[in-house]
Amino acid sequence: MVENEGIRRYVAHAILWLGIAIVAFPVYLAIVASTQDAASIANGQMSLLPGGHLIETYYKTIFVGTSGSTREPVGVMLMNSLVMALAIACGKIAISIISAYAVVYFRFPLRMTIFWLIFITLMLPVEVRIYPTYKIAADLQLLDSYAGLTLPLIASATATLLFRQFFMTVPDELLEASRIDGAGPLRFFWDTLLPLSRTNIAALFVILFIYGWNQYLWPLLITTRDDMQTIVIGIRKMITTSDALTEWPVVMATAVLAMLPPVVVVVVMQKLFVRGLVETEK
Amino acid sequence: MANVTLRNVRKTYPGGFEAIKGIDVAVGDGQFCVLVGPSGCGKSTLLRMVAGLETISSGEIEIGERVVNTIEPADRDIAMVFQNYALYPHMTVYNNMAYGLRNRGMPKPEIEQRVREAARILEIEALLDRKPRQLSGGQRQRVAMGRAIVRQPKVFLFDEPLSNLDAKLRIAMRVEIRKLQRRLATTSIYVTHDQLEAMTLADILVVMNGGVVEQIGSPLEVYHRPATTFVASFIGAPPMNLIALEGSELRRQLGDHGDATTLGIRPEDLTLTSGDAGDGGLALKLRVDAVERVGPESFVYGRPGDHQGEAEIIVRVAGEHTPALGEHVLAVASRAKLHLFGRDGRRLEP
Ligand SMILES: Nc1ncnc2c1ncn2[C@@H]1O[C@H](COP(=O)(O)OP(=O)(O)OP(=O)(O)O)[C@@H](O)[C@H]1O
Ligand SMILES: [Mg+2]
Repeated sequence: MVENEGIRRYVAHAILWLGIAIVAFPVYLAIVASTQDAASIANGQMSLLPGGHLIETYYKTIFVGTSGSTREPVGVMLMNSLVMALAIACGKIAISIISAYAVVYFRFPLRMTIFWLIFITLMLPVEVRIYPTYKIAADLQLLDSYAGLTLPLIASATATLLFRQFFMTVPDELLEASRIDGAGPLRFFWDTLLPLSRTNIAALFVILFIYGWNQYLWPLLITTRDDMQTIVIGIRKMITTSDALTEWPVVMATAVLAMLPPVVVVVVMQKLFVRGLVETEK
Repeated sequence: MANVTLRNVRKTYPGGFEAIKGIDVAVGDGQFCVLVGPSGCGKSTLLRMVAGLETISSGEIEIGERVVNTIEPADRDIAMVFQNYALYPHMTVYNNMAYGLRNRGMPKPEIEQRVREAARILEIEALLDRKPRQLSGGQRQRVAMGRAIVRQPKVFLFDEPLSNLDAKLRIAMRVEIRKLQRRLATTSIYVTHDQLEAMTLADILVVMNGGVVEQIGSPLEVYHRPATTFVASFIGAPPMNLIALEGSELRRQLGDHGDATTLGIRPEDLTLTSGDAGDGGLALKLRVDAVERVGPESFVYGRPGDHQGEAEIIVRVAGEHTPALGEHVLAVASRAKLHLFGRDGRRLEP
C-alpha cells in the first residue's frame, strides 16, 4: 500500500511536469527566438539555447519597430493596447456596476423590461453587429481614436448580470441598516456595496483586461493609422510581409512583450483577489 | 425620550395581502413594549412600519408627538437591532458603531467618546478593531446593540434580536437588555415569538394574531386574565388547558356558567388529589397518559374518563412524585382559578 502511494505520487507529478512542459515550451521558444539573429532563424538553424542579441532585439522592437510592415515602434502599440484594455475593463466595470445597482435597488417603470433588454444584448457581440457599429462609429468621427477603439466594446451584459447576481445575495438588512444610519443611495453604494464588491471587481477586471487586450477584429476595422494600431494587430502585420523577409526575432520579441501585461495583471490582481476572498463575508 | 402611538394602523402589501388589520397601541415614555405572536402574524411588519422601512397603508404612527408616516427612517430618531444583526461586514466594530454618527456630521471627538462609552457599557472595548466575522454570535449581538445605543435615539426597535443565540446566552442577554433599557430609559419595542422572553421583558405586552391585536396589558395581567382563547393558549408554557363545554359532564359541575363554551384551566391551577373538589370547585377524572419530569416540577398528561376523543389535560405537579402511567387520578381546581370563554373565543367575566 505504502509503496503504491509513492508510485502514484511520482506518476501524478510526472504528468503535471509534462503538462507544464507542453504549455511552457512555446513560450520558451519565443523568448529564445527573440534573442537570436534573424538569419539563423530564417535558415531553420535556430538554436534551443538563448542567443546573444537580447538587448539589441528588444531595443529595436520597442523603439524602432520593423523596417517594413508596421512602420511604428512596438512601444507605441503597447501603449495603444494598454489604453484600450484599461479603458475597456474600467469602462465595462463602471457601467455595469451602476446599471446593476439601478436594476436591483430601484423601482422604476419598465425596470424588468430594461433588464431583459440588457440581457438580450448577450446575444449580440461585436462580431454580429459589426456593420452598424462601424457605421455609427464612422458617422461620429470615431475612426482612429481611442474612443472609437473602446466605446463600442464597453457596454457589457455579462458584467451587469454578474453584479446583479451578487447584489441580490447582499442581505436586505444591510440596506435597511444603512437607511436607518442615514446613508442615502449614493452613500450606500460607496460605503457598503462597492467595498463588498471588491472581489467581484478584481475578478472581472482580470477577465475584462485580457478580453480587451486580445481584441482583434474591432481594432482592425476602426484603426487605419499606423500610430493607432494595437500590438495584437502589429504582430499579425509583421508576419505577413509580402516583399521582405519576416524579421522573426522582432516578431518573437513583440509576442513576448504582448504577453507581459496580461501576466502582470493576473499576478497582481490574483493577490488582491485571494485576499478579498478571504476577507469579505456577508 | 418619547411616546410611540399607533392609531388604526393598517398594512396591505402590494399583491393585496393585508398583513396588519388595524392596530392601536400606545407605548409610554421609557416603556418596554413587547410584540408577541405566532410566526407570520405581522410582528416584523408592524415594527418595520414604525422604523419607516415599510410604508403605512393607512392610519397614523406617532413618535414623540410627531406623526412620522412620511418621514425617512434616518429622520425618525429610532435605532433598530436586526435578527441577523446586519453589521457592515467590511467595517471594523468601531466603524460599524460610528457610521451612523458620521453620516449625521457629528464631530469626531464626540463620535469617539460615544462609541467608547457604548463599548464600555457592553464590554466590547477589546473588540473595537475587529471585523464582524472575527466575532462570536454573542459578540456580534453586542455590537448590534452598540450601534443602536451610540445613536441615543428616542426609540429602540428590536426584531427577534436573540433568536440566533444559544439558549443559555439568550437568557443572559435577555437580562442584560432589560437592565440596559432600564438604565437608558429609552422607549423600546421588541418583537419576539418566545413567550418567556415576552413575559420577562415587557412592561406592556401586545399579543398579536393574524394581523390584529388579541390583547394588550402587563405581562401578568395577560397571564392571569387572557382576553381570548388564543392568548390563553399562546401565553404560558405548557399552555392553558382548554376544554370544550359542549356535551361535557363539566357543565353540571359548573352550574351557572352563562354563555361559556370553553373552559380554561392553567396546568398549575390543577391539583392531583384523592379527595373531592370541595367548595364549588371542579374535579376532573383523568387517566394518566404521559409524564414529563423537568426537575423542580413535573407535568402529568391525562385524558378525562375513557373517551379517547377528548383533549389532553396537563397538570403541573411540584417535585418528582407523579402517578404511574395508566393510573386514574382526580385533578381539582378551585372556582376562582377557572377561565370562561364565550362562543367567539372572548373571555367572559364570571
Ligand atoms: N413583502 C411582502 N409581500 C407580501 N407579503 C408579505 C411581505 N412580507 C411579509 N408578508 C406577509 O405578511 C405576513 C406577516 O409577516 P411578518 O414578517 O410581519 O411576520 P412575523 O410576525 O414577523 O413572523 P416571524 O415570527 O416568522 O418573523 C406574513 O403572512 C407574510 O407572508
Ligand atoms: Mg419576523
